[in-house]
Amino acid sequence: MSDTLLLLVLTLDATLRVAAPLVLVAMAGLFSERSGVVDIGLEGKMLAGAFAAAATAAVTGSAWLGLLVAVAVSAALALLHGLACITYRGNQVVSGVAVNILAAGLTVVLGIAWFDQGGQTPPLGQAARFAPIELPLADLLHDVPVIGHLYHELLSGHNLLVYVALASVPATWWVVYRTRFGLRLRAVGETPAAVDTAGVSVEWLRYRAVLITGALCGVAGAYLSTAQSAGFVRDMTAGKGYIALAALIFGKWRPVPAFLACLLFGFLDAVATRLQGVEIPGYGQAPVALIQALPYALTVVLLAGFIGKAVAPKAIGVPYVKER
Amino acid sequence: MRSDLPRWIDVGVIPAVNILLAFLVAGLVVLVAGESPLDALVVLATGAFGYDEAIGYTLYYATNLVFTGLAVAVAFHAGLFNIGGEGQAYLGGLGAGLAALSLDASLPAWAMVPVAMAASGLFGAAWAFIPGWLQAHRGSHVVITTIMFNFLASALMVHLLVNVLIQPGQMSPESREFAPTAWIPFVHEVLAGVGITVARSPLNLSILWAAAACVFVWLLINRTRWGYAIRTVGHNEAAAVYAGIDPKAVIVGSMCISGALAGFVGINEMLGVQHRLLLNFTAGYGFTGIAVALMGRAHPVGIVLASLLFGALYQGGTELDFEFDGITRDLVVVIQGLVILFSGALAYMMHPIALRLWRGRRRESAP
Repeated sequence: MSDTLLLLVLTLDATLRVAAPLVLVAMAGLFSERSGVVDIGLEGKMLAGAFAAAATAAVTGSAWLGLLVAVAVSAALALLHGLACITYRGNQVVSGVAVNILAAGLTVVLGIAWFDQGGQTPPLGQAARFAPIELPLADLLHDVPVIGHLYHELLSGHNLLVYVALASVPATWWVVYRTRFGLRLRAVGETPAAVDTAGVSVEWLRYRAVLITGALCGVAGAYLSTAQSAGFVRDMTAGKGYIALAALIFGKWRPVPAFLACLLFGFLDAVATRLQGVEIPGYGQAPVALIQALPYALTVVLLAGFIGKAVAPKAIGVPYVKER
Repeated sequence: MRSDLPRWIDVGVIPAVNILLAFLVAGLVVLVAGESPLDALVVLATGAFGYDEAIGYTLYYATNLVFTGLAVAVAFHAGLFNIGGEGQAYLGGLGAGLAALSLDASLPAWAMVPVAMAASGLFGAAWAFIPGWLQAHRGSHVVITTIMFNFLASALMVHLLVNVLIQPGQMSPESREFAPTAWIPFVHEVLAGVGITVARSPLNLSILWAAAACVFVWLLINRTRWGYAIRTVGHNEAAAVYAGIDPKAVIVGSMCISGALAGFVGINEMLGVQHRLLLNFTAGYGFTGIAVALMGRAHPVGIVLASLLFGALYQGGTELDFEFDGITRDLVVVIQGLVILFSGALAYMMHPIALRLWRGRRRESAP
């Protein structure tokens, strides 16, 4: 096989690994935001999830328990966000910022207090992590030209959570567009008064949406610390929650376009990583930092309405006050 | 809006209770971390105010927080949430740094420092202008765009310092040192000049500029036509239109003022302390500014008090590292998050409780 093709496959493979947590968090944000609750706190929930997963896996030696605790912790933060935004009708952006800062502080303070390793959790052994999975027939199809090769190199051999991330897209699509809950979810994000009039509780709907958001962020966190890496390091999300939020907006709050945006942003990141320290003829050092900033720039351009218009759910950010 | 409670409860008691709640929860975190909350509080307080040098550091941190707190507050008054203080402060530092690097050989200090100060404000304002303009004219939400601009600022600075401004023959991404003409004098030096000895600290005369900024913001918001327009747009954009105010101009204008204020962090950091361009000097001041503005209820006096508290926490936090095994300065980040949670997101939680207590008391005391 030619070198270029190999490079492409390797980059796409890296894209999938980088994009997996983005996809999970973008789908997470979709539920909250489509229900009318702004969530700036995706980053913090993912970070808390990553810490909870790694800490639990380090103590119990079980990646599955880690995943469970990550989902629980992240959902608890989501519940706090819900309490502030839905019950007490506080400012949703402020609440999201609080969740982010709280998570950034708590993960380090508790990490140092419990493990005494400068904010890291102890390195995890193979058993306490999600190991790569060979898809069925991958070895057998390896020699089939192109398709078999792509199947073997690109799709097979990832850890379970990558496949969970991939599955979360059709699942989200199905829930949002094909179930009664999804219909109400979309309605409550546009005109909550209509949902209320129909006798459905706006608050309970939004709480459920926010809890799903928390759970999915927890899975993304577990992916970072127990699948992609072998342990938690401070600030390990490093802005991924915001990139996922950008992807969600880039995909105009719809599952499949948001998924594609995650792949695009993941690809840009994979390319930037590959270009680290590479000399470009006639230019010098590749501007890695600028390539990594492209997702943010693209999102701003999109929001400005220069490449299509991203229209947010109409009732987003507005607490619902029942008429008395 | 909250005229059903007396002002002293609304402005005094409820914020105090919210802060108390934040510290109580932070105390619980300290307990979980296996240390005594009271000991931690004592270390924080002595670390912040216990000696000369500590006071200098506390005031130095507070200077940055006044700038970012005012920045958030001005945008708040216009009904905008500027989360971009971090990026605007970064760009402000870039402006001050570029001015100093290009002119420090040719200008005397009395001209160099004001030019660099103006550059910091201009760069900060420019970085806030784009999100402001996009909000006013294209309807893109300022919260999202300012978040994006924080990351863009960070990427831009990394690119500039790693690939362009780095001092040749050096590994760490830093510019050359500015000539002393671009330095703002340290307070301990100035005081030594008049015969008063205080301990060395990064505290410099930028703190006077911060004080001036407070007065400026108070006058702007409360005593000018512009401030009236800003507050009107913040309360009700539709009403502002009927009052003959152009909300678009107000949104763009208040974002620029906000950005300039955040950019002034660059004065304190670049001209006052570091004397060269480097990475990550903003150190989260932009985000702490949100806590400061919320706690200070977007009023300059409140912002000064909140900045002093957070300045003290920043400085006292460094002492935690030395005194305890189990807790570090990161505890301050937790406190900050809790303050934003209780005095921001859950601001309405205490209100009905206070109202019930107040009414109950009134009924009892009535004959």
